[in-house]
Amino acid sequence: MAETTPLVIEAPRTPARRRTTTRTNYELYGWVFMRASGVVLVVLIFGHLFLNLIDGDGISAIDFGFVAGKWASPLWQVWDLLMLWLAMIHGTNGVRTIINDYAERTGTRVVLKSALYLAFTVVVVLGTLVIFTFDPCPAGAAADLLPSFCPR
Amino acid sequence: MPEAPAGTLYRGREGMWSWLAHRVTGFGIFFFLLVHVLDTALVRVSPEAYNAVIGTYKNPIMGLGEAALVAAIVYHAFNGIRVTLVDFWSEGPRYHRVMLWIVVGLWVVTMAFFLPRHLGNVFGGH
Repeated sequence: MAETTPLVIEAPRTPARRRTTTRTNYELYGWVFMRASGVVLVVLIFGHLFLNLIDGDGISAIDFGFVAGKWASPLWQVWDLLMLWLAMIHGTNGVRTIINDYAERTGTRVVLKSALYLAFTVVVVLGTLVIFTFDPCPAGAAADLLPSFCPR
Repeated sequence: MPEAPAGTLYRGREGMWSWLAHRVTGFGIFFFLLVHVLDTALVRVSPEAYNAVIGTYKNPIMGLGEAALVAAIVYHAFNGIRVTLVDFWSEGPRYHRVMLWIVVGLWVVTMAFFLPRHLGNVFGGH
C-alpha cells in the first residue's frame, strides 16, 4: 500500500515557506572554483607570458616553429591544455555573473548566456582538438617554416 | 529584478573601484582568450596561415595592445589573489585596503620589468 503524506494544516500567520526544490550548492562550488582556479591560472599564465613574451626575443620570435617546438614536449601540451580549460571555465563563469548582474530581462539573459555557452563549447573543443591532433611536420609545408627536428 | 537607481557609486573608494577594475579587466581578457584560441588553432591549418596571422601580432599597434593585455592580466591576477585573501584569510577584510596598494605596487614593478622588454621586442626592429 502506498504511503500517504500526512496532511499538515499550518497555524494561522505561518510565514510562506520558500520553494526548496531548486536549492543547490552550485553557486558555492562556482565561488570556490573561481578562487582555486584563479591561483593555478596565475602560475600557468605568468609562465606562458614569460616564455612567449619575455624570454628570448619575445613576440617577434613566435611562429609555427616556436609553437611546434613547445608542443613537442608533453609538459607544454599539458600546461596549455590545463590553461585552456581552467581559463575558459573561469572566464565563462565570470561573464555569466556579469550577464546575471546587468541583463535585467529574462529573454536577454537567456540569449546572452546561450551565446556564451556556445562560444565556450566551440573554443574548448577546438582548442583541445588542436593540442591533441597537432602535426609539427605537416607534409608539403616549406621546410624553413618547420621546427628543426622535422625530417628534411 | 529590482532596478538600481542610475548614477550611484555603490560605496565608492578602494573596495568598489578595485571590484570594478577586476570586472572590466576580466571581461576584456575573456574576449582576447576566445580570439587567441582561434588564432592558435591556425597551426592546424598550415604553417603559412599561422605565421601570417601571428605576424599581425608583431606590428606596433598590436604590440601596444599586448602591453595593455598584460597590464590587465597582471592586475586581475594580483587583485584576484587579494580577493582570495580577503575571503579566506581571517585578517583579510581588515587589510583589504593595504593589500590593494600592495597590488598596485606589484603591478607597477611587474610592468616596469615587462614593458621595456616587450616594447624593445616590438619596436626593436627584428
